[in-house]
Amino acid sequence: MSDARINSYAAALAEIASAEGVLGQVSAELQQIANAIDTNDQLRGKLTDEALPAIRRQAIVESLVGAKAHNVTVQIVSMIIGSGRGRDLAAIAKAISTKSATGSGKAFAEVRSAVALSDDQRARLSVALSKKLGKQLEVSVVVDPSIVGGIVATVGDEVIDGSVRSTLDQVKARF
Amino acid sequence: MNLIAVLIAGGGEGGHEALNQTHHWLLPETAEIIYGGLASVLVIGALVKFAGPVAKKAFAARTERIQNEIDSARDARAKAEGEASDIRKALGDINSERARLIADADAQASALLTEGRSRIAAEMADMEAKANADIDAATARGADELRAEISRLAALATERVVAASLDTNAQQSLVEGFISKVGA
Repeated sequence: MSDARINSYAAALAEIASAEGVLGQVSAELQQIANAIDTNDQLRGKLTDEALPAIRRQAIVESLVGAKAHNVTVQIVSMIIGSGRGRDLAAIAKAISTKSATGSGKAFAEVRSAVALSDDQRARLSVALSKKLGKQLEVSVVVDPSIVGGIVATVGDEVIDGSVRSTLDQVKARF
Repeated sequence: MNLIAVLIAGGGEGGHEALNQTHHWLLPETAEIIYGGLASVLVIGALVKFAGPVAKKAFAARTERIQNEIDSARDARAKAEGEASDIRKALGDINSERARLIADADAQASALLTEGRSRIAAEMADMEAKANADIDAATARGADELRAEISRLAALATERVVAASLDTNAQQSLVEGFISKVGA
């Protein structure tokens, strides 16, 4: 999907979440759901399979996240999957988070960690990133085991990579 | 009495008598010789006068025909000799053409043999060079593949060892290290 279309989807869905007063929660949940789908090949294959009826794909999503996320989040994910845009869910979620952060005068920071962060770690990381980049940030933390260890923070076009994965890749390149 | 009369007379009894009346048993009477000679002259003259030209003409025609036959035979012989000469000449030409063709064929065969030998030698040299290049490439490729496989296995082993060594404390240390580094 083109960036313009992703932004259009994100704007519309952010307006809905904002109207419901749950934009922050929805954007965070969308990030987590998109990450969960991205890291599970079987689930991603099912949800992006055009041969599977849309209602079936939506039923899968609702059964997986229905009880764990806000109803607006579930409806948004269900709509995106049902309209055949499952492959763009991560990009749409990121765009919604960016809009959410921008709406509150902040920049959106996507943080990928190999393990879950405590609230204290999340707060200290947010402060450290804001200090380093010189801007207020709305941090979204996603657990991503594929980075093996450490953290990868992305703010706009800037990437701060402290993951074990990048170190392993450098070692592999030297081999 | 002439001989005829004597022979006639000898058939009867009076023959012996008539014979006894001639003056010579072999020579005729004089008159008979004269008349007989004249008659002979007349007959011979008539023969010469009337039969002679015809005979002469016949002899001339026969002579001419024989001469013509001789001339025809001579012409035929000359023609046959000419044809024989042509045949001998043609045979000579054929022999020389055959010799030339054989020489040309020998020359072409020799050239083909030489060219074939040189071409085969060149092809063998090319094949040998290509085989050597293929061997070198395969050796290099095998070494590269082996190196890549070793690298892949080493990277995989490293990743597994690292992942296995990353317990909760190590993960927390990495997170804290990142936060400290970013906030520094």
